[in-house]
Amino acid sequence: MNQSSTCPLTTRQIIDEYFIENRTRVLDLAAYFDRLHRSADGEPAAADFRMQALERALQVLISNDPEKIDQIQMIFSDPSTELKPKLEAKSASGAWNSASEVR
Amino acid sequence: MYYIEMHGHMVSRTTDDYRAMAMAGCVAVSEPAFWAGWDRRSADSFEDYFHQLTEFEPQRAAQFAIKHVTWLCLNPKEGENRELATEVLRRIPKYLDRPSVVGIGEIGMNRVTRNEVATFMDHVQLALDHDQMILIHTPHLEDKYKGTRVTIDNLLKFPNLNPARVLIDHAEEHTIGMILENGFYTGLTLYPNTKVSLARAVDMVEKYGPERITISSACDWGPSVPTAVPQLMLEMRRRGHSEQLIRKIVFENPLQFLMQSGKFDLPRLDIHSADPNARAVPNTAART
Repeated sequence: MNQSSTCPLTTRQIIDEYFIENRTRVLDLAAYFDRLHRSADGEPAAADFRMQALERALQVLISNDPEKIDQIQMIFSDPSTELKPKLEAKSASGAWNSASEVR
Repeated sequence: MYYIEMHGHMVSRTTDDYRAMAMAGCVAVSEPAFWAGWDRRSADSFEDYFHQLTEFEPQRAAQFAIKHVTWLCLNPKEGENRELATEVLRRIPKYLDRPSVVGIGEIGMNRVTRNEVATFMDHVQLALDHDQMILIHTPHLEDKYKGTRVTIDNLLKFPNLNPARVLIDHAEEHTIGMILENGFYTGLTLYPNTKVSLARAVDMVEKYGPERITISSACDWGPSVPTAVPQLMLEMRRRGHSEQLIRKIVFENPLQFLMQSGKFDLPRLDIHSADPNARAVPNTAART
């Protein structure tokens, strides 16, 4: 699907309209990582599978790749179609943990 | 501008929310059966819920000239319990003739287990047996892609199923394409934290075009905004989209979908007018 020029705003207009709110998002993210460094127990966050997924997502974000949203969605997703044998937890966690999959 | 809230769990919301939605232009709400936040203990509990959905909520909505229609099922969060599901499904048909029941939903999967898929397939068969439309929930977060893929693969096993009478809801960037390519309607859910933001919803409309896309707040007992759909209208105006396009997304598409049920109309409104600013029929005594 050719999705170029589907947004009616010009590049300049998109920057003017959305820059401030995205600047805020980046600052929130920076503060989140700083908070992890200030955690009460000092446990490294990088061991957590969700943080590993977030790091991979950030690498896509700063790349020159097009369609960043699709790539990032799949970084957080279970890509298989294998059914779980039974329900073990009612809620999803936000990122796929391949290590926990029951095979 | 008028709009239809395609997915609102109004039993969880206050009467003041109905008022705010009406003041923002809401003329109809479609309410799928939902999880209570805890697992119901018996099929009797579901019957109480079905009474609430089909009797009390339409009256509450009508106070604000909002038409209320509903979808019945055992929600995906409870689909793992096959015994309960079988009993609830046995009891659903007696409610299907009620005037505000437009179909079976929101069915689907939660964590994509074998039992959940079996319960989903039973619901689809029930809908087909009774010529009902279907509204489908897709799983959250990391299960979204897998759940949507499994949902579509299983729906395609029913040769008599008309995809235009099925709405696969809570689509995101990595699932919307496969839903639309297979001829289904879809829904974008505007949530503060999970699912889709206002800006991303408009991005998807821009990328995929407006056909068969609906928007909802899916407001429920969790963090959600019952007037999120009018907020999306503002986001579309911010980008310079036409009033005609906005109306198609928030009013015409859900209207077109729901009217296939044979039970949905908005007699107070001139809904067939080509004028996007068509006003209410001047009959103040009429009620939707």
